[in-house]
Amino acid sequence: MNASTAVVLAEAPRRTARRLSSWPLIPLAILVAMLLIAIGADVLAPHNPEVGSLGMRFKPPVWQAGGSATYLLGTDHLGRDVLSRLLFGARVSLVVGFTAVIVAGILGVVLGITAGYMGGWVDEVIMRLTDTWLALPALTFAIFLAAVLGPSELNIIIVLSAIYWTRYARVIRGEVLSLKEREFVRLAVIAGCSRLTIMRRHILPNVLNSAIVLATLMLGVVVVTEAALSFLGVGVPPPKPAWGLMLADGKRGLMAGYWWLTVLPGLCIMFLVLAANLLGDWLRVKLDPQLRQL
Amino acid sequence: MREPLLELRGLSTHYESARGTRVTRAVDDVSLSLERGKTLGIVGESGSGKSTLALSIMRLLPTAARIVGGQIRFEGEDLLAKSPREMREIRGKRIAMILQDPMASLNPLFTVGDQVSESLRVHEGASRKTAWTRARGLLEAVRISAPAARMTEFPHQMSGGMRQRIVGAIAVACEPRLLIADEPTTSLDLTIQAQYLSLLRELQREHDLAMIFITHNLGIVAKMCDAVAVMYAGRVVEAGPIRQIFNKPAHPYTRALLDSVPRLTDDSHARLPAIDGQPPDPSAPPAGCAFHPRCPQALERCREQAPPSLTVAVAQTARCWLHVP
Repeated sequence: MNASTAVVLAEAPRRTARRLSSWPLIPLAILVAMLLIAIGADVLAPHNPEVGSLGMRFKPPVWQAGGSATYLLGTDHLGRDVLSRLLFGARVSLVVGFTAVIVAGILGVVLGITAGYMGGWVDEVIMRLTDTWLALPALTFAIFLAAVLGPSELNIIIVLSAIYWTRYARVIRGEVLSLKEREFVRLAVIAGCSRLTIMRRHILPNVLNSAIVLATLMLGVVVVTEAALSFLGVGVPPPKPAWGLMLADGKRGLMAGYWWLTVLPGLCIMFLVLAANLLGDWLRVKLDPQLRQL
Repeated sequence: MREPLLELRGLSTHYESARGTRVTRAVDDVSLSLERGKTLGIVGESGSGKSTLALSIMRLLPTAARIVGGQIRFEGEDLLAKSPREMREIRGKRIAMILQDPMASLNPLFTVGDQVSESLRVHEGASRKTAWTRARGLLEAVRISAPAARMTEFPHQMSGGMRQRIVGAIAVACEPRLLIADEPTTSLDLTIQAQYLSLLRELQREHDLAMIFITHNLGIVAKMCDAVAVMYAGRVVEAGPIRQIFNKPAHPYTRALLDSVPRLTDDSHARLPAIDGQPPDPSAPPAGCAFHPRCPQALERCREQAPPSLTVAVAQTARCWLHVP
């Protein structure tokens, strides 16, 4: 784009750009709150999340008849405090979610850049691998992997990263393909930079935006998958409090009217995923190179 | 006579389609030489093989292209015998190149200072600090005002002319012996163009730099070059010292090119002469001399046999049957 058209085009999106530059308060507030909860769970939780007393089973939340102030959000089938479990569950969800997103991101970005920049058979091998990977149904594949590796927090991170790196690889490869035809990359070649230097110095910084946006959007997907795996019994092993696991434990009580065992962790998952997606959308527009240049 | 800085002998570069069925002779049997500190202009229409020639010298051809014959000697070394690693050390350090588009030639994410010092650090292993200081000196040399402040700015904060000058600074950073400029001024407006050209001349004088100047603008050639090579359909149809070529062109194509340059002193209101016909399809050039379908003086022989390179005057060669004694 040359300078004069840039000036003309700048008029219309400028207003949008200004509006977008205001921070997305709601998703940020939710995420920051969850982060604080996850960090301070030890202090905030009124009870031990993994130990209950069977005499206190199925206590309803405080505002319902039969509820008590000791258990603000009631207790589950083993008499464990739901509030404490939710607070500690945030820790599990965020640790697993962030780590998996980052590990998958690094893997996908490295492979995507390599495939896109090297081209030829390297590209062919990596992209066919990605295609094959994508052809496998994600959840079934995850269950299979999780079953093979056995349930633990570390393994669930490995499983989630192993599933989701493909998304990054594809997007990043596409970006690199257009990037490597750009004049400044050609100039770097002419200036005698090695391929590694070019990938590291000229390609990587230019795809980081997309990677970050993708990571934010992936956070929601990863959290839901983690919950699903835990729900299915191949995720975080009990008695560790994970939201998906709480859902699974609570589903038998649903018919008996113990709604708080499923609704509350469900809401937590929903808010986290919603916040991640809203933030991702906002970032996507905010970091869009076409708007960024103005 | 001392050895020229760069010498091409019978260089041919062909593009081959994936199945090898279509061969495009982008550069065909080109022989040229360039002395230290001199400027060689290469003119020709789009598609005549100018850029492929430049990329062949840098050994940066796309995968479909291949150098099928000839020699490239640079400072007495055979460039075609170099390993990719050795070529990488030559590129940027001993042979630099400037591309057409100053808007896109700089990485938008790094400061100008970073990018000018990059090649100093890559090629000379200069420390971050010395590279930075030298880079500032380079910006000063290419007439960037307030270089110290400009160093920390990003490319989008600068005008096209400034960016092109920065690309020039990057090109001369490692004191190369040869600078290849591939239509470096096409995207600049006329005043900036003139400034940039005189800047290049100045850099050339200061650094004793030889230049290959690729353009289709004959005015620029007249201003910048010591010698010129005219390319048509992948071949050098005429080459020689600038005065001789402009005053006494030997090839009908060169003559036609010179005739089609508009002149300010011409009041006759006559139509500007143009060359009839279309440039040939480079993958299927006509038999014989590639120019014969458009040539006003074509002989019977031109249709059948391609003319060899003939010496028509001191240091001037032309590929044309008209000059066979």
